[in-house]
Amino acid sequence: MNMDRRKFLKAAGLTTLVGLGGKGIFELVKPGTVEAEMAHEGHGHGGHEEEAGPKVRWAMLIDVMALNKEKVEKIVHTCHYLHNVPNWGDPKNEIKWIWEDEYEHVFPDSYNEYNHILEGMPFLLMCNHCDNPPCVRVCPVQATFKRPDGLVAQDYHRCIGCRFCMAACPYGSRSFNWLDPRVQLEKEMAQGRKLNKRFPTRMRGVVEKCNFCVERLAEGKQPGCVEAAPDVMFFGNLADPNSNVRKILKERISLRRKLELGTKPSVFYLI
Amino acid sequence: MIEKALKGSSVYWGWIIFLLCLIGAGVMAYMYQLKVGLGITGMSRDISWGVYIAQFTYFVGVAAGGVMVVIPKYLHHYTKYAKIVVFGEFLAIAAVVMCLLFIVVDIGQPMRMLNVLLHPTPHSMLFYDMIVLNGYLLLNIICGYNTLLADKKGVPCPRWVKPFIYLSIPWAISIHTVTAFLYAGLPGRHFWLTAIMAPRFLASAFAAGPALLIMILLFVRRVTKFDPGMDALQTLAKTVCYAMIANLFFMGCEFFTAFYSQIPGHMHTLEYLFAGLDGYGNLVPFMRAAIIIGLLGVFLLLVPPIRRNTKGLVLACASVFLATWIDKGVGLVIGGFIPNPFETITEYHPTLPEITIAAAIWGVGGLIVTILYKIAISVREEQARV
Repeated sequence: MNMDRRKFLKAAGLTTLVGLGGKGIFELVKPGTVEAEMAHEGHGHGGHEEEAGPKVRWAMLIDVMALNKEKVEKIVHTCHYLHNVPNWGDPKNEIKWIWEDEYEHVFPDSYNEYNHILEGMPFLLMCNHCDNPPCVRVCPVQATFKRPDGLVAQDYHRCIGCRFCMAACPYGSRSFNWLDPRVQLEKEMAQGRKLNKRFPTRMRGVVEKCNFCVERLAEGKQPGCVEAAPDVMFFGNLADPNSNVRKILKERISLRRKLELGTKPSVFYLI
Repeated sequence: MIEKALKGSSVYWGWIIFLLCLIGAGVMAYMYQLKVGLGITGMSRDISWGVYIAQFTYFVGVAAGGVMVVIPKYLHHYTKYAKIVVFGEFLAIAAVVMCLLFIVVDIGQPMRMLNVLLHPTPHSMLFYDMIVLNGYLLLNIICGYNTLLADKKGVPCPRWVKPFIYLSIPWAISIHTVTAFLYAGLPGRHFWLTAIMAPRFLASAFAAGPALLIMILLFVRRVTKFDPGMDALQTLAKTVCYAMIANLFFMGCEFFTAFYSQIPGHMHTLEYLFAGLDGYGNLVPFMRAAIIIGLLGVFLLLVPPIRRNTKGLVLACASVFLATWIDKGVGLVIGGFIPNPFETITEYHPTLPEITIAAAIWGVGGLIVTILYKIAISVREEQARV
């Protein structure tokens, strides 16, 4: 009697799930991969091998050749203003979402002693929003996680500040709030800095990094750095073969950092 | 049994008060850290783990080392360890508590610590570390308390405890394996990305843990009426010797792979640690000393007359403990961050509050060992009288 009842409930439950539609089951099995699965089955667009995968994977292209000191300054300032990133002014406590460094530090394994063209050129560093992000793998609380659109996000309210992600990131993209950023921001505001009231400030003891302007993407806007220098930064959908970024990547030579580590970065340097 | 910890000589109480002062200073420093942030430490954007995590790593090893007494006693019925096995378990309890405290003081938002339970994440090695460390603490409390209680009553250990004792053996291996996996699976940190990280951790653990145990038991032998038995300590010293040789061998393997392959990324950290890199070399004297002291320890243990001499044995164990401490408790964690992902170098200078907090956690470990050992020794002394 008991067994029969159990069997009945099981069957009823399954029927209900199927009734809700195939997608419902997939969601329960593994949320976030539904789109990928559908694409596999040919329900998505296209039919090419290449198209198997998510429909959206955001990527950033940085035209190194079009970059100069002035534009770097404008980009960094825009980003750090938009996200209320304090300017500590010392390397020990500093927080940075996007910053400039030299070729030999950005591509330490690709130094070419016989060609110095790229040396001294400005390279912008930021989170690579890897397709296979080690930071997401190591985070013990899923405070950093990969969204279905490929964006590697950070939940400042869940982060416990263990800094495992900082050890795991091969790109040095992550910053930790060693001290209270609000105290520093207030100091800067006293000297005329403006606060962006549309983006939250952080508390001390949590990790942060570039978020590909997820808050602007939600409003249908381009990331702040792209808006600051539209001839240098190009943002678009890597999964769409007809997107702006895919067209540029087809024509220009591009570099990605530390490809040998298998992280599959989404930031490309055009040279 | 706890009442036995409340009766002691003035020296005993003086030591307890000293430890409490150490802990008190650390608590104050920690309040300061809670108020201001981890910026009061020497850690930085480049060196994002420091003294705390390095000490955590080392004491996981000390905790795991206790199994070197448990295996001979319970798997090989080596009865000479019967009297000291509980001391190994109690040392493990103290060491694991230290590990947990080092984690707590290291995290930026300790009040959110339970997020690890609220959002269990099986793909994070820290998730497993939490499970194995807390599990090992529990196992050692169960096994240590019950074996001592049985001894006190003069009856054999209850049968239900046996499975826990056997479980504690692979569990001890697991705590240090998982701790090694925290490091050994990170892309881009060449120094840590080595398959022999876990074996090397275990080797140094099986050297350091028993070495510390021998030193404490020799001290106990001097100041109390309890005799752990020189035969037992000699056997344990041989374990230390084997394990330390294995540890040095593994270290040699790391050198070979890095320098024979000549891959720059693999050589850089070793160069920084042992020779200096690009003009930076804060840790060079310490790391070189660690090699020399480690070899000295092995030599002292290999020569039977020295090992059988109490002073020689203490010197040998102190050498092994110090050498492994510098190697794993300082160089391993700091070295992993040098050079940084941009191939530049930021060095690490721990601050006074940071060291005060770390010292306080050592103090907590010392206090737990003192109290638990006092209880165990009182029980043993009573037995001797009967």
